[in-house]
Amino acid sequence: MITDFWLHPALILIVGAFILPFLPKWLKRPYLVIVPTLAFLSVLSMQGQHGTFGVVRFLDWHLTFGRVDGLSMVFAYIMTLMCIIGTIYGLHVEEDFQHVAAWLYVAGSLGVIFCGDYLVLFLFWELMAFASVFLVWFRGRRESLAVGYRYLLVHTAGGLALLAGLVLRYQATGGDLSFGPIGVGSPSLSTYLILIGFLLNAAVPPFHAWLPDAYGEATVSGAVFMCAFTTKTAVYALARAFAGMDILIPLGVCMALYGVVYAVLENDTRRLLAYHIISQVGYMVAGVGIGTELAINGACAHAFAHILYKGLLFMGCGSVLHMTGKSKFSELGGLYKKMPMAFVFTMIGGLSISAFPLFSGFVSKAMIVAAGFEVHNYWAAFLLTLASAGTFLHTGLKVPYFIWFGKNNCSRETWDKAADPPWNMQVGMGIAAFLCIFIGSYTPYLYNMLPYPQIAAGYHPYNTYHLSETLQILLFTALGFFLLIKKLAPEPKISIDLDWFYRMGGRGFYWLARKPIQWADSCVSEGYRYVGLIPLMTTAKFWSWFDWHAIDGVVDGVAKTVRGIGGAMRRVQSGQLQYNIFYAVSLVAVALVIYVFA
Amino acid sequence: MIVKLIDFLRDRLQLVIRLSYVGLALLVAWDVFFVSKEHAHTAVEHIPGFWAAFGFVACVVIIIVSKWYGHLGIMTREDYYDN
Repeated sequence: MITDFWLHPALILIVGAFILPFLPKWLKRPYLVIVPTLAFLSVLSMQGQHGTFGVVRFLDWHLTFGRVDGLSMVFAYIMTLMCIIGTIYGLHVEEDFQHVAAWLYVAGSLGVIFCGDYLVLFLFWELMAFASVFLVWFRGRRESLAVGYRYLLVHTAGGLALLAGLVLRYQATGGDLSFGPIGVGSPSLSTYLILIGFLLNAAVPPFHAWLPDAYGEATVSGAVFMCAFTTKTAVYALARAFAGMDILIPLGVCMALYGVVYAVLENDTRRLLAYHIISQVGYMVAGVGIGTELAINGACAHAFAHILYKGLLFMGCGSVLHMTGKSKFSELGGLYKKMPMAFVFTMIGGLSISAFPLFSGFVSKAMIVAAGFEVHNYWAAFLLTLASAGTFLHTGLKVPYFIWFGKNNCSRETWDKAADPPWNMQVGMGIAAFLCIFIGSYTPYLYNMLPYPQIAAGYHPYNTYHLSETLQILLFTALGFFLLIKKLAPEPKISIDLDWFYRMGGRGFYWLARKPIQWADSCVSEGYRYVGLIPLMTTAKFWSWFDWHAIDGVVDGVAKTVRGIGGAMRRVQSGQLQYNIFYAVSLVAVALVIYVFA
Repeated sequence: MIVKLIDFLRDRLQLVIRLSYVGLALLVAWDVFFVSKEHAHTAVEHIPGFWAAFGFVACVVIIIVSKWYGHLGIMTREDYYDN
């Protein structure tokens, strides 16, 4: 049904982003707050109005831009809210295009959240990748450029898998592009290709290395946006299409543990937080894999809570980077006297991610673990609980301890520069911190928004057994931390992850392009010279001689013609390998498209 | 205010540590004697102080296994990827 009026929140952000650079300076700050607030209000106005909106006819298709239901609403709500918080946090940033990139990126996420078919999904999916890469490039360091290109390359590969999957699906279903439960019971090649596209954005190993790579290098406020949107949009897409797919459970559990292991080794604060995104998204992916109503509720609730506390953590560590210019534990330490507010906010984020009672993680993470126990998947539930000990160990203890306490590794310059960040950053952190505690303390706020509110209402995280279980795990983890603290002292090292393959592989390709391919190219050119050109020229010369000496004046011009053909042949068959490969690949692509759509 | 509170606690570090140990002991005692186990999912959870042991062992295992893995050659010099 096409209703009278429905305003897509992504449209508000896109139009808002394009107007921003033309505004006078005095108007910019209020405008930066107003636009995301309008987007948030437009989401609020949809509450309780479930249905399909914004259907557009395009060629043979009906494109659906606005599917409003329980699942899309909870994600749209938190994403527009996070857009307000992130923009306030970055209010001091004077480069308009950072804000433009951030808003377009959020618009991409919202487009995916509300879309009803794969074409619209793909459009916004790519918008996300292409807008967010600027949040890395704007950091402006020499590495930023390379990291950005790697990020883009990986996401383009993921996008291609998704595209291939949906083209195959289009053919297999006879033209059905609607985006809904994909039929996990009978997966085909197209299902797996689409799954790979989603898993790459959710940073599921082995497709995860782009995440710490990019988020550790993004601008201070850019990272706050990035940590919230790409992976959670992918969680949404998985929950929409792949709920109940068994393979997601082991994948999610592996993610949860993988992130924990690398977080132990990490020396960079924001890269550590990035590894913990992988760990936390693991819970959500496992929740989607379990697929019961409680588990899907849990995945959504955890995504909701995660966007806020991870945003808060990135804001806290980002404010240290903003003020001191340092983000490595081996160059920080002992800063509580200089940055007490940043410490308190980061600690609130740390306690929330660790699922301390009264903080947001406690009421969301537990739902997924409980769903695991409920379906008697004990190993998954126990391993996820193990990972939650690791979460507290790093984000709740290691991060605050080695930045604000511990051995003071600050240089004189770092120490002098350190101070609590500007007011707008503190306001951003304050809002997120308040919401983390509010969600944890007053469960109906979040639980009523979940896709299955009646199931959520029947779930009570605050019982004595769960309290006792959680407190024992967390506090005895703290005991282990303080007993083994020497082992955790920061080491100025980096850890090799699976990006090694394409970073070193890229070098291999570069070498390949420089040496063997160039060699082959010149061989082929030489070959043409001998096989093609020389005989032609010889023939031409012969005819020229013949013309000159034998039939002079009789068949005048023959030699000229042959010489002309020789030249034309030479131009067509340029002998450059890259053109030949290009023509061949284009031919294959065209044939493939004809085959699929014919 | 926050700084003063932290300094106050740091000046009495030994006392804070002792109180923390007492707190941990009380927590386990509370679990063993007062907490009803009807919400437990599996039989092992009925072992007194199970989750305390689980938390401690989990922490130690995570640190040791990760560091062992890191020192296999995964952790390397910071300019590893530079030309």
